[in-house]
Amino acid sequence: MRKLPPVDVVLVGFGWTGAIMAQELTDAGLQVLAIERGAWRDTPTHFPPTTAPDELRWYWRKEMFQGNARDTLTFRNNRDQVARPMRRWGSFLPGEGVGGGGVHWNGQTWRFLPSDFVAASHNTARYGALPEGMTVQDYGVTYDELEPHFHRFDKLCGIGGKAGNLRGQIIEGGNPFEGPRSAEYPNPPMHMTFSQDQFIRAARELGLHPFPGPSANLTRAYVNPLGCQLAPCSYCGFCEKYGCGNYSKASAQTTILPVLMRKANFTLKVQNEVLSITRDSTGRRATGVTHVDVDGTRYEQPADLVILCAYPLSNARLMMLSGIGETYNPATGEGLVGKNYCYQVMTAAQVFYDDKFTNGFVGAGALGAAVDDYNGDNFDHAGLGFIGGGYIANWTTNARPIETHRTPEGTPTWGSQWKAAVADNFLTSTTVGAHGASMAYATNALDLDPTYKDVYGQPLLRMTYDFTPNDRAMARYMSERTTEIARLMGGREVKVVKREGPYDSMPYQTTHNTGGTIMGTTPANSVVNRYLQSWDVPNLFVMGAGVFPQNAGYNPTATVAALTYWAAAAIRSQYLRNPGPLVQA
Amino acid sequence: MRALLLATAALAALSTAGLAQTTTYSQVERGRYIAATGNCQGCHTVPGEAPYSGGRPMPTPFGTIHAPNITFAERSGIGRWTKDDFWQAVHRGIGRDGQRLYPAFPYPHFTKMPRADVDAVYDYLAALPRVEKESPPNSLPFPLSWRRLMAGWNLLFFTPGVYQPDPARSPEWNRGAYLVDGPGHCGACHTDKNLVGADRQSRHLQGGELDNWAAPDIRAGRNGGISHWSDAEIVEYLKSGRNAHTAAVSTMAEVISYSTQLMTEADLSAMAVYLRSLDSPARSAASPPAEAVMTAGRDIYADNCSACHKADGTGVPRFFGPLAGSNKVRDPNPTTVIRILLEGARSVPTNARPTPLSMPSYAWKLTDAQIAAVASYVRASWGNAAPEVSESTVRSLRQTLKEAEAH
Repeated sequence: MRKLPPVDVVLVGFGWTGAIMAQELTDAGLQVLAIERGAWRDTPTHFPPTTAPDELRWYWRKEMFQGNARDTLTFRNNRDQVARPMRRWGSFLPGEGVGGGGVHWNGQTWRFLPSDFVAASHNTARYGALPEGMTVQDYGVTYDELEPHFHRFDKLCGIGGKAGNLRGQIIEGGNPFEGPRSAEYPNPPMHMTFSQDQFIRAARELGLHPFPGPSANLTRAYVNPLGCQLAPCSYCGFCEKYGCGNYSKASAQTTILPVLMRKANFTLKVQNEVLSITRDSTGRRATGVTHVDVDGTRYEQPADLVILCAYPLSNARLMMLSGIGETYNPATGEGLVGKNYCYQVMTAAQVFYDDKFTNGFVGAGALGAAVDDYNGDNFDHAGLGFIGGGYIANWTTNARPIETHRTPEGTPTWGSQWKAAVADNFLTSTTVGAHGASMAYATNALDLDPTYKDVYGQPLLRMTYDFTPNDRAMARYMSERTTEIARLMGGREVKVVKREGPYDSMPYQTTHNTGGTIMGTTPANSVVNRYLQSWDVPNLFVMGAGVFPQNAGYNPTATVAALTYWAAAAIRSQYLRNPGPLVQA
Repeated sequence: MRALLLATAALAALSTAGLAQTTTYSQVERGRYIAATGNCQGCHTVPGEAPYSGGRPMPTPFGTIHAPNITFAERSGIGRWTKDDFWQAVHRGIGRDGQRLYPAFPYPHFTKMPRADVDAVYDYLAALPRVEKESPPNSLPFPLSWRRLMAGWNLLFFTPGVYQPDPARSPEWNRGAYLVDGPGHCGACHTDKNLVGADRQSRHLQGGELDNWAAPDIRAGRNGGISHWSDAEIVEYLKSGRNAHTAAVSTMAEVISYSTQLMTEADLSAMAVYLRSLDSPARSAASPPAEAVMTAGRDIYADNCSACHKADGTGVPRFFGPLAGSNKVRDPNPTTVIRILLEGARSVPTNARPTPLSMPSYAWKLTDAQIAAVASYVRASWGNAAPEVSESTVRSLRQTLKEAEAH
């Protein structure tokens, strides 16, 4: 093992949170090293418009995602089953390489609701005790505290949208349920298409409050506060699962790296995988990390501050592999690392038209209209048997021919009739979907697999997950609400896509895996404190959606980014002056 | 330990020598600025190596010349040069040993610089870290390798002399003329050359070609290549590397990166004032390409180009260059248009605009005939009326670039 010269800060992983953290801490004058296990990637060299829209290469052959021949995870629905490795990604698609999953996201940029951050105390106060087995808790940070940081991310990305709550004043045409914004979106909303017009009309007929979806696909040429240039979206419909070739989607590459990569106090090391966090003899102080390069050479990298910026599943696993904190055991309820793994529950209804063209090829990852009337605690849950909810939206994200072809109820799943139905409906159908929250339960968790190992001989992460009673009740309700809107959208017929049976890890649902390194108010209920600082090792911080104690009914990126800015501000203003615990246990 | 002491003593001796020559902080800073106006770093630095340590190959039509090390290194640099030696080189093109310099070093432009400015550059270079690094030998064929030949060249094409202001013009115009034709040496690329590589003064700044790039007409007066740019847009381009009409790529990217982005707005404005005063002869409109070529070009353009450059060629100003009215696209010389289609292009990242917005290469995707068609189409559409591009021109440039890359 070769020992390398020390740095002030080492970042493990270099996607959205790594780039934001690096930008903030290099600004503070620190020497920052980011270690990324994937490769360098940039727009003109890796996903220019000549190769970006290649369905086979990027999605079906998974070139855009974490390679699971070297490291994957094992999956089971419950503790009675034996977990098996996911040899091919399905239900979710973890990113790898510079920019992480932020390269292949859709760009739907939501803020969680104020009540989402206090889900336990809010719901308990309104509806009484949480059901048996539900382990929902408060984040330990509030929406108001995060608002300036949400705002910074909006400006960084040039988010397009329409504010519905400007400093407490409700604005017509925006989302009236959202937390107060300190300013209007930096850019106007995306252009709506025929499908969104139908959705908006139908939602209004039902007395709901439709608004344009918040978008990180740029609605006009934009120069962000760092001077980085983002170009207007061309509505090509290759966002989620693809890199944007036109500089039109906010990512680390388009918003931060042009500035960060020029800094003398920043170093990026790619194709090096961190194997462990090292600690001193007290176990209370991280001394750095060990990592391995593609030739198999191992290094010891000393650092004063270690910040985990990898995907939530990888952050949780690295904590377990390094023996920091006790891994959660669902049988006893002991331990915290790996606890409260959550996902999301998607339900949908498809609308088919006879003679109206939806033209999904004029699409973008965050081109859509939504209602938030059934999200969080925006509606009365009395007697419904669940808490939480989700937004319901009509997005026109794409018409990618291999992936997206809706067929009406009763169509065979293969053969000439299927082909004919695909052709008939390709340009004349759309989907309304609900993006449902996921409440934590004691049974769903992450730990290390006892059998399967990665290429370096380290145990794989094991995921134990199934839909919960709350998920199922919520999904039924959301499906009904979604179908109500779909039926009013003027189509020939509506097909309801039900979410039934156990969670299946193969069909794609969403890459919003959360929990495992959860935040909270005391060392007894969380892995990190409100500043995302490890309770056990104060010079270790953990970013990412792994800190969510439970998942809300929104896409997580903006909340992840706001928490990163929030943690960076705490490091700059408090920790650097007085290194140690920022919250006394 | 003894070796270390000796090394320290040697360093001390060096720095004493340095002290004798360097003057005040402000003189060094003045020199830094003047060196920037001359883009000295662009030629005298191999990207990624120590500034001014030389060795960068300069391809010329006559062979490759390597810019020398101009740090004050004793052996391989100019550490033994006096201020008079330096002045002789910059002002007259004569090296310390009396050798004639090749005009790849633009002394025909630098001769306009006053002695005080040249001295300041000397003081600045003297204050930089000294790096011992030999430049590779030049590869000029005989008789060009015979430097005394340059005496004759100078007799014919070189008039030494410090810039003399034109009293009939404003101080701003004079400052601009001095910067453009003196240290800025814009004509080195943007003025066409005669058979022996000297500027054709009758075509001053009306466009030239070097190293397989067409440097466009940069006159801003009547019929000039950038007559449609405002003064503010000229300044913006030189400061940030882009404006509503275009973005800098290739050699101009270096000029902006090392030189003009570091210059004051007042100096850049002065350059704009001067360029504005220069008219060009009217261009005759070329006859449009055959309908079949236009149809093919239009279809290729729609599929490959229109997402960024827009169906009507208006692009996204400051992001993706508009092609309608573009100085590069309309250039009678199609080399740059073809080359960008073949190789792609990268807008220069600057302090003001750090994003290197880039266009991908189409060499792997389009045939010579397809590139010729789409180049002809954009050169003959939306008000552009530049001559058609032939398949053989594309083929020959593709081949030349391939060979250049192999070297």
